[in-house]
Amino acid sequence: MQPKTLYDKIWESHIVVPETDAPAILFVDLHLIHEVTSPQAFDEIKKRGLRVRRTDLTVATADHSIPTTTRVLSAADDEMAFLQVTALEKNCKEFGIPLYGLGSPQQGIVHVIGPELGVTQPGKTIVCGDSHTSTHGAFGALAFGIGTTEVGYVLASQCLLQRKAKNFEIRVDGQFKNGVTAKDVILYVISRIGVGGGTGHVFEYTGSAVRSMNMDARMTLCNMSIEGGARAGMVAPDDTTFEYLAGRPHAPKGADWDKALSRWRTLKTDDGAQYDRQLSIDAGAVERMISFGTNPGMSISITGVIPDDDTEELRRALEYMDLRPGQPLLGHPIDVVFIGSCTNSRLSDLRAAAEILRGRKVAPNVRTVVVPGSQQIKRLAEDEGLDRIFKEAVAEWRESGCSMCIAMNADRLEPGQYSISTSNRNFEGRQGPGGRTLLASPLTAAASAVTGRVTDLRRMLNL
Amino acid sequence: MTKLDRVTSRAVCFTAENINTDQIIPARFLKRIDKTGFGDLLFADLRPTEVFGLPDARQRQILIAGANFGSGSSREHAVWAIRDFEFRVLISTSFADIFKENSLKNGVLAIELDPEQYRQLLGAVRKSPETELTADLAQQRVSFKGLALHFNVNSFSKTCLLEGLDEMGYILRHEAEISAFEREFPSLA
Repeated sequence: MQPKTLYDKIWESHIVVPETDAPAILFVDLHLIHEVTSPQAFDEIKKRGLRVRRTDLTVATADHSIPTTTRVLSAADDEMAFLQVTALEKNCKEFGIPLYGLGSPQQGIVHVIGPELGVTQPGKTIVCGDSHTSTHGAFGALAFGIGTTEVGYVLASQCLLQRKAKNFEIRVDGQFKNGVTAKDVILYVISRIGVGGGTGHVFEYTGSAVRSMNMDARMTLCNMSIEGGARAGMVAPDDTTFEYLAGRPHAPKGADWDKALSRWRTLKTDDGAQYDRQLSIDAGAVERMISFGTNPGMSISITGVIPDDDTEELRRALEYMDLRPGQPLLGHPIDVVFIGSCTNSRLSDLRAAAEILRGRKVAPNVRTVVVPGSQQIKRLAEDEGLDRIFKEAVAEWRESGCSMCIAMNADRLEPGQYSISTSNRNFEGRQGPGGRTLLASPLTAAASAVTGRVTDLRRMLNL
Repeated sequence: MTKLDRVTSRAVCFTAENINTDQIIPARFLKRIDKTGFGDLLFADLRPTEVFGLPDARQRQILIAGANFGSGSSREHAVWAIRDFEFRVLISTSFADIFKENSLKNGVLAIELDPEQYRQLLGAVRKSPETELTADLAQQRVSFKGLALHFNVNSFSKTCLLEGLDEMGYILRHEAEISAFEREFPSLA
């Protein structure tokens, strides 16, 4: 039998009708929905008089446009958001879809709660009207973002029209330097291949350094695959994956667990399987990274200087950021620190930030906002006393949601402000019109919060 | 799906690379729960002079864009804004994957030219910005003042656009296969 990649295997096992001139009809094992990209899809199936085919394979939450200062969204605060969240609640009720809504103890960012609930599992096809669906690939699932029209297809048929993508191996071997995290790795990868470098491909992250990562780190890595242009990113499941899933509310139990485990253990790329493209990275060569421009590919080592390539894109980006070629970022003043988002809002991210902030205070001129990815993470963090560390450092400790990653809610930058953000996109206006985003890891964000400037945590801690 | 076969129009050239869907339509406008009225919000913060400097930009149905157009977020609102602005044809050297899918599903033809053809077309249009070009899907050709450039499009997408195929209906016609798949592979979830 011809050796196959992990992606090949999951793809093949979900084909309902094979690809010809027409795309394949691919079965979807898990459909995640949220308030922003679903209302028009529900309208479409209602117009056609259709039902949701598999409510048992559909899970909803509200995360993008909700407040994180309170669990109450009133029409008076934000009428549009209120109508959007209300539409989601009505649609879920009408069609019988489980909803982890604003008041639910399981509410959270859609890409945080899927794994937490154990509905995200190895070998599944997982889609959501959100490009960061790639996050779930950390479990050895094939997970990718879709448009709203496609959300309608999945609601009605549990299927999608898809063409097979190419395989792109990103191999990371060796040992990371102190203070280098999954966030630094993915920023480094994107700075190497560019934001369109993975178009038409699915990333598979392999190598000893990836194996050594915990699930939170693997999720950070897969989350930003889309920022490199790849719709999906994946890591073959292993004991780390299985340990994470064991006992989760929707993980298989008893004999089903044993059956699942023996199936999951086959989910890896066969020896001799061919990737269409490969990138090999020495973990020891990855620095602590920070973005300087207006896409995640514009990232440098935190101790580096802004490049002076003569391109229109860079010129425009630096004009927007009010930065200059040849300038170092270290020491640059910042206004806001945001620790959160589907990239870096999980318990280990919060622990990393708390480790830096313990016994310290954020700089008086800096607003620091810490937003856990889910209500469950919030509770776990509070059980460990992380909330006290943040509050004593004079950081804001919030309820869960997308918050300042997307600024569809009350959390946003003022024009001209600089933020260090653990989120995934430094696009113009992403965190609010005129706002300037520097992407970095939770460690770098927390260190910079203390000094009020872009800070290398290794220098701060004398590592 | 909205049908599209042939569009003849003057073009708008906005060729900055890696334009993302946050720039096409900022997130704060994504709270509407319908699909209409997004045209006025196209490039709301970016306001490129290449587009808004043209008094008749909304009468031009062809946008010549830069490489990796539509990167980032999966928001279909980006294509709704483009379509509502009256663009029906986008021409670039490459589009982001999800954006390209979303375009097709809204009757917007995303044409990928090879870099040499693209340079040729751009040069010609920049020289005579007021001349009309024709994008002909059936012939798979972009033509302009004696210049005719062939483009590739897969036959299914082509048929979808030419005939206005209802993709959801197409999938649902495979009910027997979907049911058989569900019986054979009952989920563990």
